Amino acid sequence: MPLPSVMGSEIEYGITVQNDRDFDPISSCVLLVNCYQDDESAEILWDYDQENPLADARGFSVEGEKYTPNQQENIARNKTLKNGARFYVDHAHPEYSTPEVTNVRELIAYERAGERTLELARRAATILLPQGQMILIHKNNSDRKGNSYGNHENYLISRRTPFKDVVEHITPYLVTRQVFCGAGKVGTENRAQPCDYQISQRADFFETEVALDTMVKRPIVNTRDEPHADREKYRRLHIIVGDSNLSECATYLRTGVTGIVLALIEDGAIESGLGIREPVRAIKEISHDPECRYECQMERRGRMTAVQVQQEYLEAALRYFSSREIDPVTKDVMVRWERVLSKLAEDPMQLDREIDWVIKRKLMMGFMDRKGVDWAHPQIAMMDLQYHDVRPDKGLYLLLERRGAVERIISDEEIEQAMVHPPTDTRAYFRGECIRRYGSSVFGVNWDSISFNLGEEPIKRILMNEPLKGTKAHVGELLDSCATVEELVKHITT
Amino acid sequence: MRATRNPDAAAAQIWYAADQPQKQKGGGGGDADADAASGDGAQKMAKKGEDLKEEMDSLIDEIDEVLEENAEEFVKNYVQRGGE
Repeated sequence: MPLPSVMGSEIEYGITVQNDRDFDPISSCVLLVNCYQDDESAEILWDYDQENPLADARGFSVEGEKYTPNQQENIARNKTLKNGARFYVDHAHPEYSTPEVTNVRELIAYERAGERTLELARRAATILLPQGQMILIHKNNSDRKGNSYGNHENYLISRRTPFKDVVEHITPYLVTRQVFCGAGKVGTENRAQPCDYQISQRADFFETEVALDTMVKRPIVNTRDEPHADREKYRRLHIIVGDSNLSECATYLRTGVTGIVLALIEDGAIESGLGIREPVRAIKEISHDPECRYECQMERRGRMTAVQVQQEYLEAALRYFSSREIDPVTKDVMVRWERVLSKLAEDPMQLDREIDWVIKRKLMMGFMDRKGVDWAHPQIAMMDLQYHDVRPDKGLYLLLERRGAVERIISDEEIEQAMVHPPTDTRAYFRGECIRRYGSSVFGVNWDSISFNLGEEPIKRILMNEPLKGTKAHVGELLDSCATVEELVKHITT
Repeated sequence: MRATRNPDAAAAQIWYAADQPQKQKGGGGGDADADAASGDGAQKMAKKGEDLKEEMDSLIDEIDEVLEENAEEFVKNYVQRGGE
């Protein structure tokens, strides 16, 4: 079996309004989402009929009510964009879901297109607020007062892979990968033992090993079984344990290495025995030690640091690819993974151009050194927040990027393309192009369907159960040959 | 609920309007070449250390300029609802 070839991410952003004593996050989110102008996508419904977030991968369904807003509320909260992404209001946060992509470089491009979408919407929405008020958006995962919001990664895997194998082999990986993809945070939350600075924004919030929940008692492995594709063939592994990264290198490793590890799991290429005892405790202990020296108690192999556990996965991946063809992006991810792990073992502070938690820590240490202040100083807390600000003139990460002080993976041109064009090699192409070409006739959208309003006729829903169909190669010519949506629907349905 | 139009064609331009470098980065490639020619290893190390300190100093100056005022109040008021 090849690598999992379809992936995407969903990122919730922090939102606040400066100088608004009656700040209401939900109405601010609605304003924000509606201020982003994307040509014809303004009046398209999100098709909730196709969703079932209550199905559990362990084979049962949980009782509960599905969320189904009325039509007006639906349109006000959901925008499907012509690049195939979804920009919407999720509870009390603005959220951006990338379109489905087939490689991690493109995933970075669409995640970063999301950051810019949020910033453009923020500027447009702020103009409509009373004088002196300003919307602020942060790509972070905690308010440092015990409230967390997510970064969810999605990877398409085969239904044939037993879910218990996924849980067994991915848990030690997810507990330890924070050493290269944590976003860093001052202090602790959620009744965790105090510390000055920790590796992950989210680790304090994980309370159980495996479960369906995402909002309370958060699990390291989430069991939501909603493939948004052919159920017989696919699962969508929904990983909720990660932080939102600003650094392109960190996003590249987080998603690239996870893709590699999933390929190994699907092919049975990871030996048993890497289990960590008390993973819920370990994920916090690892996070609370920015020297990366904490040793986890393993089920069978004594004690190991997070970096050593990662090195075991790396060894397994090197063995796996020694007898297989490897594409250039995957190879590049492997090389970088190996280098980053050896630097983490030596001295993590060497990674101050690549890894978010190190970049931020180094910045704060420089600031404390110069000003003679400590971790408890309000300006350090401010830096902790402002690192994640999406404004190019205010965000500290973006300031470092502008100064050339952090490493890039992709170019600005790739981000600009990703803002206006869908990926060409997944069904997102069909979704995005239909919105661009026939937006006023698109009635509703979900990841695996698109429906059209053809005037007097009943609504026509086109199912897209195969994430790798509806590509440019597959439907490009057809779209070019159909001047009207009626022609397109006729072609597809007859 | 509708805002002023903000078409994508103009998006990149708008982005860069706010994305212009505020300062030129100190210590470019030319300096590095000069260091290499000067030969002495210890001297080079010392120079590199100075450059790094200078770079950090100029970075902290810039952070001072952009860091939100009233940090204590700002951070205290930053409260989010749990999500996901």
